[in-house]
Order: sequence, then structure tokens, then C-alpha cells
Amino acid sequence: MVGMTRKKTFFWLCIFLLPNLLGFLTFIGAPIVSSLIISFTDWDLLGEMQFTGFENYIRLAQDPDFWVSFRNTIFFILGYIPLVLIFGLACALLLNKQMKFRAFFRATFFLPVITSWVAVSLVWKWLYNPEYGLINYALSIIGIDGPQWLSDPNTAMIGIILASAWKDIGFVMVLFLGGLQNISPSFYEAASIDGAGKARKLWNITIPLLAPTTFFVTIISLINSFQVFDQVMIMTGGGPGGSTEVMVQNIYNHAFRYFEMGYASAMSWVLFLVIFLFTWIQMKVQDRR
Amino acid sequence: MAMENSSKALVYQNTKSKRSKKRRPIINKILFYLLLIGGASIMLIPFLWMVSTSLKPDGATMVLPPEFVPNEPTSQNYEKVTQQFPMMRFLWNSIVVAVLTTIGQMIFSSMAAYAFARMQFRGRDKLFLLYLATMMVPTQVTMIPQFILIKQFGWLDSYPGLIIPTMFAVFGTFLMRQAMLGIPRELEEAAFMDGANHFQVFYRVCLPLIKPMLAALGIFTFMQSWNNFLWPLIVISNQELATLPLGLSLLQGRWATDWGLMMAGVVISVLPILIVYLFAQKYFIQGMTMSGMKE
Repeated sequence: MVGMTRKKTFFWLCIFLLPNLLGFLTFIGAPIVSSLIISFTDWDLLGEMQFTGFENYIRLAQDPDFWVSFRNTIFFILGYIPLVLIFGLACALLLNKQMKFRAFFRATFFLPVITSWVAVSLVWKWLYNPEYGLINYALSIIGIDGPQWLSDPNTAMIGIILASAWKDIGFVMVLFLGGLQNISPSFYEAASIDGAGKARKLWNITIPLLAPTTFFVTIISLINSFQVFDQVMIMTGGGPGGSTEVMVQNIYNHAFRYFEMGYASAMSWVLFLVIFLFTWIQMKVQDRR
Repeated sequence: MAMENSSKALVYQNTKSKRSKKRRPIINKILFYLLLIGGASIMLIPFLWMVSTSLKPDGATMVLPPEFVPNEPTSQNYEKVTQQFPMMRFLWNSIVVAVLTTIGQMIFSSMAAYAFARMQFRGRDKLFLLYLATMMVPTQVTMIPQFILIKQFGWLDSYPGLIIPTMFAVFGTFLMRQAMLGIPRELEEAAFMDGANHFQVFYRVCLPLIKPMLAALGIFTFMQSWNNFLWPLIVISNQELATLPLGLSLLQGRWATDWGLMMAGVVISVLPILIVYLFAQKYFIQGMTMSGMKE
């Protein structure tokens, strides 16, 4: 009898788990392991795979292109994160009140989030057009001679940052709205009795109590922005003069343009390590709470 | 009219009774709505500009000052982009890929989640921990071996190559397991007492209870698949099999300066997801919030 049920359980387990498990092992598990192995080899997909030890990693440390892409990615992050945090929070504060058309406004702010990066990038590329783009036209009205944006090495990354922030503000806003809902109204009532104004409430209640959300949003944004790729590929392709070349693009080029699978894999592991560092920090902080 | 008058009267009364104190809230309110409308405009103008540009005839895009509403709206860009370019083919590819990926993801992850959440077997928690651990690994690490694998299978330039590797995202299993853990034991016990087997419990008891989460996962997966650019870029070199994001980048490669045409292409790519969004807004926001991850 016991044997029967055991057999039966095993049968059902196979039905439920096996399809997913096979897919998982084939398309996620095995690739992770083999990626690590490939990163210690020299391989162009066609010839023999040759083990080269840490050579790829040593080459990486000395590769100026890699460091340029690393620096550009950091520059992107330093511009992008404050923008999405500040404006995401501002939008969340605006929309956290009872008001008319709240659903409409929320839907509007979220609209760019559901749109693909490729579509957003093309629209912004047009907006940034130095001669006929809407942005430089708007600037000309207030008497500013707009920059060349994406075709100038000094402003190209700024252009990418602004467009990216525009796309993701709604996402950050929704996360902050969730955080705001967790703050008990009693804090505000107590503060009102003490005669605190709006600014003080924001500074002394909302912002400190939102700290866990802010932390979470920052980590998520960091992890995502280390993987910035689509918008760069469409808007500048890494140019002009490599001024917007980012890490993932470097990986993509080495893997699928130059077919240096080993070197590209090594790069992807460095990217993973950087991302893992932030994931680890987040887990540590969460544990402490 | 009557409403307007009464509200005016109210405003008047307020200003009269506590003049200096009550005027501020009104100014604040105006400021508040101005900020809101300003923000919403910044979000909407690029979309409106996209539509407006797509409706302009040749030459009318390169005009200063720009026409915000096209003087002579025309559908010629849409005709050109669908006739001289396989835009409709891209649309079809995107639909096939997104729909099949979503269905696969929903079936496989909810079934595995049932095993992880409602069945007992040795090594269950360790296996799930392994699943979880892989969630930290970015797609850039797996994409190279995945590409090699797809090549070995002979799936380059094919629907299976586009669809199957993306169907097993661990996030889905994780989300569905979370949802299923919340189902009270008594419900399934009652079903087992009545002689139901695991599949019936899964299908009749568990799935109906996690429907909202399943919908959120479905919408989220659909959106991810619809907007995915990197994977099609890697797997597809035959233009006939390009999905919309890849197709748009090809369009850019060919008619980079024909902005009317490009914007028509972008509108075609955005419209379907926008329609889904209008009907299932709640699930979009839910899915994105839970994921905390987007590409």
C-alpha cells in the first residue's frame, strides 16, 4: 500500500516538475556552468576550444576598451539613479493623495514603462534631432542654442540618461507608492498635533520611513542599469567615438561580432560579480531587518 | 451651472471667513495640479509627437517651427512601411512569439510551483534554492551558451529558438510558488478525500485560487517577450523571422532619416501592447512591482 502511494507520488511529481526541471537545467543551469568554463578558454565557435587559464581575465584587466565601457556604464548609473529616485519619489508623492483622475495620471506615468526600449529609443532619437527635433526647438524658444545631443561625445551619454530616466520614472514611482502605503497615517496625525508643516512631515516622517523602499529601489536600479544595452544600441551604437559604449555592448560585440566566446564569457562573469555584490549587500541588509 | 455657482459661493464664503489662511490651500491646489499636468505632459508628449510625425507627408517632418498637428495628415507612411518593408510580418512574428512564450511560461511554472509548494519529495527545498540562486545571474551570462545550444539544436533563425529558451524563466516558478503556498491545506485535503488526483487538485482547486497572480505573470511575460530585443538580435539573422523590436532596428538601418516612416513603424509596434495595457492595467503594474526587475 505504502509502495503504491510512493509510486503514484513519483508519477505525479514527474508530470508536474519534469518539464520545467528539464527546461531549467538545459537553458539556465547548464548555460551558467558552461559559461564559467568557457570563460577560461579561447574559443571562436569553429575551432578547438583551448584552455587558457586566467588569460581572459588578465587580458580584461589590461583592456582599455573594457575600462572605457566600465567607466561609461558607471557614468550612466551616476546620472540615471538620482534622476529616477528623485522624480520617481516626487511622482509617487503627487499621486499618493486622493484626487480626481488619479487612475488616469498613474496610467500616464506608467505608460513609458510598458513600451519597448527600442521604440522609446527611436522616439527620443527623433526628439534629440539637432535641427528638427522637438527638444532643441523647445530650447530655442527660451533662447538656448541646443547641443548636438547624440552626435556629440560630450552630450551623447547625457541624452541616453535622460531618455532612460524618462522611461523608468513610472516604474520607480509604483514601487514608492507601495512603500508610501505602508506608512501608518497615525504618524502624520501625531505630527499634525505637534504642529508640523508639510515640509517637516516629508523630511522627518516620509523620507526616513521610506528608507527600506528607497534602498530596495536603488539596488534594483543599480542591477538593471549595469545591464543597460538596448537604448545604447539603438540611439548611438556606442558612439560617437566610443563615448557611450557600455559593458553589455562590449560583451555582445566580442561574442557575436568577433566570436571571442571565451573573452566575452569572462566579461559576463565580471558583470555578474559586480551585480552579485549589490545583491549580496541587499540580502545582508534585509537579514538585519 | 448650478454646481459651478454653488462651488463659487463656497469659495467666496471660505475666502471671506478666513481670508489669509484659506487662500493658501487653493493656491497649493492649483500648484499641485499644475505639477501633475506638467509631469503628465512630459510623459505624453513623446507619444503624441510620435503619432503626429507618423501622419505627416514627406518633407513635412523637416520643418521649423514644427507642426504639432499635421497640416495635411496622411497615411502614406503606414502604407509605405507595410508595403516596402515586412512590418506586418514582424507584427505576426511578435504575436506568435509572445503568445507562445506566455502560454508556455504559465503552464510550466505553475505546474512546477505546484510540485514545490504542495507536494513532498526528497531534496525539494534544496532544488528550489538552486532555482532561486540562478535568479541572481544576469541574462548576459547565460546568453552565450544558450546561443551555442540553439545553434547545436539547429534552432537559429526559427520560432523554437526564439521561444523555448525564454519559456523557463525562474521568476515565474518563484512567483507561482509564492501564490500557491498561501492556499489552505484543508481545501486540497477535502478534494483528495473526494477521490481527486493531483492533477484535479491542481486544476480545480489551486489554479482558480491563484488566478490573479497567474494573470499578472502572464501579462508580465507577454510584455517582456513583446519588448525583448537582445535575444532576437542574437538568434535571428533572417529578416523574415524578426520580431518588432529587431524589425525596428532593421528599419532604422535602412531609412534612418525618414522620420515619418520610422515613427509609423514605432506606432505599429507600440499599439498592440498599449491596447493590452488599457484592458489589463492593474496586472501590468502588479507584475512589474512583484518582479522588481525589468529588462
